[in-house]
Amino acid sequence: MNLSNDIYALIYLVASILFIFGLKGLASPKSAILGNTLAMTGMAIAVIATAIHPDVTSYWWTIAMAAGGIIGYVIAKKITMTSMPELVAAFHSLVGLAAVFIAVGTYFKDINLGHIEALTAVELSLGSAIGALTFSGSVIAFGKLKGTFKFPLFSSNPVKFPGQHFVNLIMILGIIGLCVYFSINSDSLEAFLILTAIAFILGVTMIIPIGGADMPVVVSMLNSYSGWAASATGFTLNNNLLILTGALVGSSGAILSYIMCKAMNRSFISVILGGFGGESADSSDDTQVKKNYKSAGSEDVAYMMENSSKVIIVPGYGMAVSQAQHTVKDLWQSLSDKGVEVKFAIHPVAGRMPGHMNVLLAEADIPYDVVLEMDEVNSEFPTYDVALIIGANDIVNPDALTNKSSPLYGMPILEVHKAMQVFICKRSMNAGYAGVDNSLFYYENASMVFGDAKQTIQTIVNAIKGTGH
Amino acid sequence: MEIISNISTPMLGLYVFVLACFVGYHVIWGITPALHTPLMAVTNAISAIVIVGAILIGGFSNPSVETVGGTELNIIEIIGFFAVIMASVNIFGGFTVTNRMLAMFKKKK
Repeated sequence: MNLSNDIYALIYLVASILFIFGLKGLASPKSAILGNTLAMTGMAIAVIATAIHPDVTSYWWTIAMAAGGIIGYVIAKKITMTSMPELVAAFHSLVGLAAVFIAVGTYFKDINLGHIEALTAVELSLGSAIGALTFSGSVIAFGKLKGTFKFPLFSSNPVKFPGQHFVNLIMILGIIGLCVYFSINSDSLEAFLILTAIAFILGVTMIIPIGGADMPVVVSMLNSYSGWAASATGFTLNNNLLILTGALVGSSGAILSYIMCKAMNRSFISVILGGFGGESADSSDDTQVKKNYKSAGSEDVAYMMENSSKVIIVPGYGMAVSQAQHTVKDLWQSLSDKGVEVKFAIHPVAGRMPGHMNVLLAEADIPYDVVLEMDEVNSEFPTYDVALIIGANDIVNPDALTNKSSPLYGMPILEVHKAMQVFICKRSMNAGYAGVDNSLFYYENASMVFGDAKQTIQTIVNAIKGTGH
Repeated sequence: MEIISNISTPMLGLYVFVLACFVGYHVIWGITPALHTPLMAVTNAISAIVIVGAILIGGFSNPSVETVGGTELNIIEIIGFFAVIMASVNIFGGFTVTNRMLAMFKKKK
């Protein structure tokens, strides 16, 4: 019995409990800040306990911690809320790469202290491979989300090559084979490093075929992987705190992926296999009959809105792209001042990551109790006089409910077409990310408002304020 | 004590892992969808708990290990050094950005 080890285990247990309560705090915005503080406390306890661990005999890493801390803090303070998906992807990649470094470092340390057991070799392989996969996959996701790089692998359209799934399968088998070889010849650095290199490549080839609109699933999935990487590292180090925390994060990401898939009516497998979305998917061009749509000016929208009693606003990725959230807040404010009841409706996959729209609206100071989830609001659409859709498309396409031949069929949507009047604020008649024509645009009660989201909303706000005396 | 010592450490780890997945499952389903982005940011920060492993690597000095290129550092410490940088970017960045986001969620006055 080693008393000292038990004391460390006890301290780590306290940290684990703080993490669990920290996550639980996010059940409501009221308790969330306290939750974050608890999680921070848990992290501080874990770091301090490790720093005074007898195995730690040199302290150069404290410089690394200070440097990393400053970098992280500055980035987190400066980042704009619209860039949050990229930031999260970038952070996932760091956890992945750290896991690889720790696995390699542990290899050298264990070799130095003796030799590596077969089981340790398997654990090292797992930690390193999942870490490498998380790293390169997140880098690709980051590039796709950022969307400003010319590099073809960072294209938000799916990147495919012949035999892609077969190549991926071969790589997975290669990793397993090398893992077995490494556990038998457990001092073989070569096998360990080649296995890690293959995992880096696999991360790239797994994420490139996935299109822009499936990004919420990818980001959640990588979130999950970063957790599994932490767990695998925990097994290597025989550290239950890492195993537990990794499992919490891993299951969190897995559940988010599940929620996102469900909201798109797609199976997880089909998202992973990729190829959905992007410009190439549009086949409706050939068969498309010229249909008539109506278009409305900003003044018409303003007039309709200020003379209604209930208005619902549906934001989508287009609002994030044109950074229109603050202008949307002005719209909400000026209508509320006139006694119009204004609510927001959020589809689970609106934007590029889970909860993306909620954060943007919160940033613009829109109180969270006027922001409704899909399930809360869907039965109420007929009671709204005006629905204003800002830069959203597939998530309001009624074909998903009625047209069995539509690729979107079966996807739960926000049933905005049931409102008295629908305005769709959009740049052009182009199809959404799924490449599918939206039948909502041709509805009797729908009108298009063309233009950049921010400018359009601004002119609507001006019109409302201008007529308000 | 008797019972614990009969289970191997990895098996104990497996118990912790499986049970923690169940805890995670129940806790995460209780989280409001409005806070899913902060959830990702905070899980990101806590997955940087791998810093514990990074510190154990970065803090490993043993006279038997050769130091690198005239420095006092050995290769293991250097690998650990970089791992600590990455993990701490995540910890400080992740918690700070979560805090920033959560502070924005306000109720109607």
